[in-house]
Amino acid sequence: MNHAWDFAAILANWQVLWVGLQGTLTVFAATVTLGLGGGLLVGVCRYAKMPLLRLPSMAFVEVFRNTPVLVQIIWFYYAFPILTGVEVNPFLAATLGISLNTMAFSAEIYRAGIQSIEPGQWEAGKALGMAYQQTLRRIILPVALKRVLPALTNRGIEVFKMSTLASVVAYIETLNQAKLIADLNFNPIESYTTVALIFFVVLYPVVQGTYILERMLRKSE
Amino acid sequence: MNDMLRIDNLHKRFGDLTVLAGIDMRVAAGETVVLLGSSGCGKSTLLRCINFMETPSAGRIYLHGRLVGEQRNGGMRYRERELCKLRTRIGMVFQHFNLFPHMTVLQNIMEGQVTVLKRGASEAANKAREQLARVGLSDKASEYPARLSGGQKQRVAIARALAMDPDIMLFDEVTSALDPELVGEVLKTMRQLTEEGMTMVVVTHELGFAYHVANRVLFLDQGVILEQGEPQQVLKQPATQRMREFLDGHSLFKLPD
Repeated sequence: MNHAWDFAAILANWQVLWVGLQGTLTVFAATVTLGLGGGLLVGVCRYAKMPLLRLPSMAFVEVFRNTPVLVQIIWFYYAFPILTGVEVNPFLAATLGISLNTMAFSAEIYRAGIQSIEPGQWEAGKALGMAYQQTLRRIILPVALKRVLPALTNRGIEVFKMSTLASVVAYIETLNQAKLIADLNFNPIESYTTVALIFFVVLYPVVQGTYILERMLRKSE
Repeated sequence: MNDMLRIDNLHKRFGDLTVLAGIDMRVAAGETVVLLGSSGCGKSTLLRCINFMETPSAGRIYLHGRLVGEQRNGGMRYRERELCKLRTRIGMVFQHFNLFPHMTVLQNIMEGQVTVLKRGASEAANKAREQLARVGLSDKASEYPARLSGGQKQRVAIARALAMDPDIMLFDEVTSALDPELVGEVLKTMRQLTEEGMTMVVVTHELGFAYHVANRVLFLDQGVILEQGEPQQVLKQPATQRMREFLDGHSLFKLPD
């Protein structure tokens, strides 16, 4: 229990970690956009009256919510190319796995948000002559999105951390690069502690920012 | 044809429950018709069938002498696009206001004009201010609905419906959710509309309003129109036992004159 902390090798290799962080941010940007954006589409379909929209989106949600992301990433990397003949690089495999999973989870958040809106709001839009989609876009979603913002923020944080799973298919991201440093310098304690620190330092201000955003939005009501 | 609205043999069923069992009704242009009846008699459903918030199970509805929907195999078929267009010509005000909470009062009144009627922003804003003045709330244009009293919310809801330039206005128990002291301001606004010649169908429990403002009163019971006529006659000399009971129930604890 008397480990002598030594970050010299980490500092000397900061560029390796910087490359990793860039990879992390890249996969995060892709997955958070696809995941939360696509989730909105799936969530709206989940609520639709037409079975042609509702049933496939329901199946989608159930499949991707009830299977582990790690398995999805590995599956897309190793199984998908063999089954389809389509080449899948590590970035694509990770992005697919994390995005689809995030879509499934956020779809449920959006659906809950839409369902939380009083039926009277739909009626008011309808009575003005608005079509279903107009009411959804202009009346229902602005209020629903505001309501589910905290839950979406949570999802976003989760997605950021999930990016480390991409290391399993050797995608170059923070964890993967830290492992590289650890293996070469025999300093796993410092390396992985640094990874944790990097994630905290990036996330903490962002989370504080979203609190401020939520407060501002609440004030406007 | 002078009728603004004509309803022929309207039926509405929810599953096994028959709510409307053959309603015939005409409303002339400029007329204010009040629908009375105990809860569950079908008066709100009738009102909601007029702008197709509920789809009738059978029967026909004509606006300006034109049949709504197409006849198909002895029944009626309605296209959503036609119904949307129809609803722009029929204003509706709800018991619970249903203002849009994320929009200011002015934006609430502009919304339908811009999104549905495709009016330009400045034209819609002018129209909205005009209607706000009409309901006496010009100073509330930039408030959010949460900051208004119930009576003010309801008057904004009326302005929102009026801004669409409807041919006819439907009022669904619009004072039922209000504190008693706020009922008056809303009824006054409605009376003013009647006097301006607006065609109105009003579901209400305010017998005073029916008596003083309505041109005609319809009394619904078990999905049919049991009595109708001028308010002075129907409310003072009811022809049926059922209507007498209804009126007695409403005036049990009236203040002595």
